[in-house]
Amino acid sequence: MENPDRHPRRRRARARALAAAAAFVLLAPLAACGSDDEGGTPVLNLYQFPVEKMQDVIDTCNQRANGAYKIVYQVLPRTADDQRVQMVRRLAAHDDSMDILGLDVTWTQEFASADWIKEWAGDAKAQVENGTLAGPLASAQYNNKLYAAPNNTNVQLLWYRKDLVPNPPTTWDEMISDALALKQQGKTYQVLTMGAQYEGLVVLFNSLVASAGGHVVSDDGRTAVMDAGTVKALQVMKTFATAGVTAASFSNAVEDEVRLAFQGGGGAFQLNWPYVYASMQSDAPDMLKNVGWARYPGIDASTPSVTTIGGSNLAVSSYSKHPDLAFQAALCLRDADSQKYLAINSGQPPSIEAVYDAPEMTKAYPMKAEILNELKDASPRPRTPAYQNLSTVVAAQLSPPDQIDPQRTAASLKKSIQDAIDSKGVLP
Amino acid sequence: MTATDVRTPPPAAKRRKAPLSEGKKAERRLGWLLCAPAAIVMVAVTAYPILYSFWLSLQRYDLKFPDERKFIWFTNYVTVLSNGYWWTAFGVTMLITVVSVVVELVLGMGLALIMHRTIIGRGLVRTSALIPYGIVTVVAAFSWRYAWTPGTGYLAELVSPDGAPLTERASALAIVIGAEIWKTTPFMALLLMAGLALVPDDLIKAASMDGASWWQRFTKVMLPVMKPAILVALLFRTLDALRVFDNIYVLTNGANETSSVSMIAYNNLMKGLNLGIGSTMSVLIFLTVAIIAFVFVKLFGTAAPGSSDDGRR
Repeated sequence: MENPDRHPRRRRARARALAAAAAFVLLAPLAACGSDDEGGTPVLNLYQFPVEKMQDVIDTCNQRANGAYKIVYQVLPRTADDQRVQMVRRLAAHDDSMDILGLDVTWTQEFASADWIKEWAGDAKAQVENGTLAGPLASAQYNNKLYAAPNNTNVQLLWYRKDLVPNPPTTWDEMISDALALKQQGKTYQVLTMGAQYEGLVVLFNSLVASAGGHVVSDDGRTAVMDAGTVKALQVMKTFATAGVTAASFSNAVEDEVRLAFQGGGGAFQLNWPYVYASMQSDAPDMLKNVGWARYPGIDASTPSVTTIGGSNLAVSSYSKHPDLAFQAALCLRDADSQKYLAINSGQPPSIEAVYDAPEMTKAYPMKAEILNELKDASPRPRTPAYQNLSTVVAAQLSPPDQIDPQRTAASLKKSIQDAIDSKGVLP
Repeated sequence: MTATDVRTPPPAAKRRKAPLSEGKKAERRLGWLLCAPAAIVMVAVTAYPILYSFWLSLQRYDLKFPDERKFIWFTNYVTVLSNGYWWTAFGVTMLITVVSVVVELVLGMGLALIMHRTIIGRGLVRTSALIPYGIVTVVAAFSWRYAWTPGTGYLAELVSPDGAPLTERASALAIVIGAEIWKTTPFMALLLMAGLALVPDDLIKAASMDGASWWQRFTKVMLPVMKPAILVALLFRTLDALRVFDNIYVLTNGANETSSVSMIAYNNLMKGLNLGIGSTMSVLIFLTVAIIAFVFVKLFGTAAPGSSDDGRR
């Protein structure tokens, strides 16, 4: 009688427990999927990357909706690749629990071409176009149709330590020699920016190309160009990576690692998005006192830099069960009040120009003049549905940046980019 | 009965077998019936996806361009097999597989001998040896990643205080292989221990009576008896290592040409949204696995441990 399985009572109890566990394991995911409209109010799921204080904006919109809908924030992972992969998987499976999508500017054309997002038309379209900066608005268009509503826009700035660098450099050469001088004095000298094999490296490349007056692809996005300007940009990238001014983890660093390294005193310069300001305000106020900002460095002292537009757009999923409400909710999430709130609280520059004039912006957003300056000269990334492939190929061929051979890399990039555009290319 | 047998087209091989008796036939029919449920489930969950991947691999099918879907025969295979990234990833995968399996075999054998011989605290020894295998690969990979990242990790500070080992190809691959070995040596040891249990004590005692040294007993007595178990362990681990994904995904995410074939198939499917090219890669990985399994079974005679020689076909 020592074997418990021989005891019929116990055996039955155990079988029952097993059955219950099995039923739970099988049914729990179904229950999670079935979390639909609670109490008659349609639930709109917003799938977006993590944004500080986003919940406040959502709560305000839910209040204003007055029972017409309820937005629920489904927070995506932190890195852009992870966000996109998760959305793409759901959309490819026609997931009808996605309503509003927070898209990186570069995904809009791809999602539109795949028929995953709805076109904006009529009154909603007019509301989006009214007062929105031209650059961000262009990022939401595909084939002359509007597929998304620009939410925030973004440009990278040069952040520097005022206690180490009296005058911010205006060109890459200047920044490198400043860093080398600090290194010789035995001070903190590192130039921190994103160099891992991912979109961040492509943004760096795009900014350098645009500043050098080069073109990666033709205006219609169907032919790879890679002119002299791109070779110059690759030259600068190579010089930067091999000059001994980067942090040891440069070729593996992404945005948050760069932000934390700078915040922790690991560098004299940081090239990063404005969100680092809001983060430093809360996490490292002592460091913030010594931090200045300036325009992104250029290639040539006489020509100001041209930087890459970042930011995000809001789109409505083609598989949404409540598309009309989703358009309304998206409009609320990106209206001037919401954009102002997020600009002040999360360091997300607005895409509506008038928001920059709000009096609160000056205090909470001291770098707004620099951002608007950069935005006026900013360069969009190539607008093609194959952008993601193009970007992956570029990131792969430029990683690690110290191995770049400008002429050869430019030639092989040209071939790979053309393959990516023709969807014949193999991704690494 | 024999008459019908004669009338069926007579391949030479078939004639060599004696006709089956009624009882044998009934037994065989029962055997098929008993296998059927398992076989049907297997077909449903494996054959269908395999055939579907193959079907997808014959098309230009890019989710970004839904209107341009068309049947293109084997063009995707030409594209992939003439591509440098694919062969780089293939080389990386082979390197990881060969190095990690060889090292695991040596370490696993040592561990198996220790676990087999331990008298005191046997349960404790075996449990602690199995801990790495029990940890979720992704969790372990994150620990390795932080350990090897300058600033957060003790290993990076200890081994190369000036560099970031995960950002260079050779050191990154070494770290991936190290993580694989750390993770799956216990699995190897477990399979080898099952083989060690098959070696009769009498045989070893007899050998030592005859004056065989420890090394002779190991190579001349234990290894030959263990051969089936060793081959099964090698086969399992080789096929497993060939599909390496998690460690690379977490440790380098394929940077600096450290992608394995599984990584690049994932990238083409999930990031590139190119179902044609991605499925082509999946089919090629499947074929590689099938060829390796075939070589092990047919050429080396791998079979289930303990099964007799004539049980093999």
